[in-house]
Amino acid sequence: MEGWKMTTLPKHTEKKLGLVIDLDTCVGCHACVISCKGWNTENYGAPLSDQNAYGADNSGTFLNRVHSYEIQPEGDAAAQLIHFPKSCLHCDDAPCVTVCPTGASYKRVEDGIVLVNETDCIGCGLCAWACPYGARELDQAEGVMKKCTLCVDRIYNENLPEEDRQPACVRTCPSNARHFGDLGDPDSDVSKLVAERGGIDLMPEQGTKPINQYLPPRPKDTLLPDAGEEFDVLAPFLEPVASEPKGFLGWLDKTLEKL
Amino acid sequence: MHPAPSVIFFTTFSGLGFGLLMWLGLGIPAVTGWTAFAFFAIAYVLAVGGLLASTFHLGRPERAIKAFTQWRSSWLSREAWCAVGALVSMGLYGAGLVFLETRYDLIGLVGAALSLATVFTTSMIYTQLKTIPRWHMPLTPIKFLSFSIAGGALLSGQVQVAVFLLLVAGTVQILTWIKGDKAFAQSGTTIATATGLGSTGTVRAFEPPHTGTNYLLREFVHVVGRKHASKLRVISLLLMVVVPVVLMILPFFSHFLAVLALITHIAGVLTARWLFFAEAEHVVGLYYGMR
Ligand code: SF4
Ligand code: SF4
Repeated sequence: MEGWKMTTLPKHTEKKLGLVIDLDTCVGCHACVISCKGWNTENYGAPLSDQNAYGADNSGTFLNRVHSYEIQPEGDAAAQLIHFPKSCLHCDDAPCVTVCPTGASYKRVEDGIVLVNETDCIGCGLCAWACPYGARELDQAEGVMKKCTLCVDRIYNENLPEEDRQPACVRTCPSNARHFGDLGDPDSDVSKLVAERGGIDLMPEQGTKPINQYLPPRPKDTLLPDAGEEFDVLAPFLEPVASEPKGFLGWLDKTLEKL
Repeated sequence: MHPAPSVIFFTTFSGLGFGLLMWLGLGIPAVTGWTAFAFFAIAYVLAVGGLLASTFHLGRPERAIKAFTQWRSSWLSREAWCAVGALVSMGLYGAGLVFLETRYDLIGLVGAALSLATVFTTSMIYTQLKTIPRWHMPLTPIKFLSFSIAGGALLSGQVQVAVFLLLVAGTVQILTWIKGDKAFAQSGTTIATATGLGSTGTVRAFEPPHTGTNYLLREFVHVVGRKHASKLRVISLLLMVVVPVVLMILPFFSHFLAVLALITHIAGVLTARWLFFAEAEHVVGLYYGMR
């Protein structure tokens, strides 16, 4: 009974395929969002629908979304802006799988990819409730749950040239902020990258054991006034030219002030 | 969480219906014939009506039958089995009482146990979710069960028992609010752990990924109703516990007042269920800088 095998999580997966996302190099261009939407609308499973796409209150199904966060470091250092792509993390202990009443949600033994069998899904939404990361969206047109498939129809697809056999988002990223590979193999490129850069789990306290890893942003250079002697050489050139506007600008400033 | 009417009606009415079925299964009140028919009809309308309401929130209700397959891991699947088991066994037991004027005690006991199990499995669907800290605690199933049993007692006309059980349920409800208010903070999930950026500094959501709304925001982020939460808590408690209890201890308690007690109780439970969803905060809101 195949359905029974799916009901629980596998004890062990042969591979742990996933993504490594570099928050240091992501420029927030959303190219991965668009390539994901494109590939997954034209290929595996139900298309990712949009509702009222050209109206005022438009919305649609996406499997990958890019948030932006501001980090204010301690003290008066300049704030940093971090772009933050988020999709399914293909968790080892995926709560979305065990809550599913139909067996539509399952984790593959061979590579650890978490998938939805759309012909079994009743669209109860419980898996989306169970996912802490907002990685699942119920398609409003199809009534079934959609999520990242890690482009399962690309990575093993022998009809594609070899360089294209990776997830659409990874292939598209212009700043090389996304990496794909087997995180279960300590010698893989992605595992080495994670070790070198100190990759992190999102919400570790939720106990989901995510496979996808995030590389934290590197510390930024400090170019503040008290940064060191050598900057003082150029400092006079950087003095404001005039603190009070004079001449025509001064007249304009005063006139506008009076209005 | 979005307080969808389908789930509010489902948990309220099927909770009441299965609560009544549990008492009937225990032979309280000891009814037979047409009186039994009336009791069973009410219980079935509530229980089945509630279950049907729950299918309205499915994207593909025509495949609902598949929900029976994953009882080994899924509380929703277990709930489906318990509900069918309870309805079938109580149907047999009820047929015995109505048509044969015979009480099959064992079937009644099994039916009563399965009725309670249905309410318990329903509550576990919510309780199991670590993503919603307010629900993820042992008090959640205790609350669902205590209201179901108390509501069943009220419906089956056991005045003294109902007064006592309603007071118990009301106390559980108050404890749930007190504990639930602290749950999100205690879960340890914050925007810092959600983004993993906490060690660099204070994290603030700067820009969401999309300008419009989406499924996640519609389903999980419900800020609107919460500002009246404390008023609604008082109102729901008055309606579901205080008013019915006061009515039942009046010296001139009558059938008319019993109906009134029942109506206010149901209105109160509906309000409390609305709050159960509206006040529940899903951790995914953190990614949007919202709760
Ligand atoms: S990220 Fe969410 S949807 Fe993906 S495996 Fe983890 S819990 Fe499931
Ligand atoms: S929405 Fe579909 S995949 Fe998700 S839990 Fe329900 S049946 Fe399973």
